[in-house]
Amino acid sequence: MTAHHSISGEPLDERAVVDCLASDGAGAIATFVGRVRSSSRGRDVTKLEYEAYPEMAQRVFEQIADEAKSRHDIIDIAIHHRVGSLRVGEASVVIAVSSRHRAAAFEACRFAIDRLKQIAPIWKKEHSPDGAVWVEDRP
Amino acid sequence: MQVTVLLFAAHREAAGTHEFIAELPDGATVSDALERVCAEYPAIASTARSVAFALNRTHVSADAALAHGDEVALLPPVAGG
Repeated sequence: MTAHHSISGEPLDERAVVDCLASDGAGAIATFVGRVRSSSRGRDVTKLEYEAYPEMAQRVFEQIADEAKSRHDIIDIAIHHRVGSLRVGEASVVIAVSSRHRAAAFEACRFAIDRLKQIAPIWKKEHSPDGAVWVEDRP
Repeated sequence: MQVTVLLFAAHREAAGTHEFIAELPDGATVSDALERVCAEYPAIASTARSVAFALNRTHVSADAALAHGDEVALLPPVAGG
């Protein structure tokens, strides 16, 4: 996982994402990990199935990274999203941001995940004992 | 001209396909491609009119003009993260 942004069916490695942002000037690296949780809107969740428009999602991640860099005083940012079938507890997304000082890293990390949820062409189907539904998040 | 229309998530399932080749007259727009795909797959018609669109992997509005070989995508409400 050396590319700065990716969308793939492989399990995410948070440590590798952090390591790829390590640089001598980075006094802070903030990370966000999105995980599959066991319940959603009162229903038990057995798994989530993620689907993406991968070629466009890759471009959108680059756009989000550019926006984060122009709004916050950060050094670098990495965005990795998983697709396919994920069990409870597995990571669906890892975002890491490096900066000289911590405030910018926290703020840019929050910005990036919010923006990803808003514009990245990614969908998820929630499976529960009563059936499966495509989720429509309202950010 | 021919354009490729990509379907995702609930639309892909309802249509039973991820990709549809639409034959359209010159001067056609994204909106015309949408009408064409809804006529082909009536099962998606009720929800497809509220989607967002991408043309060649960039967000566009329904009135964007198409050219031969373009890739149009119907993007249902997203839910990444």
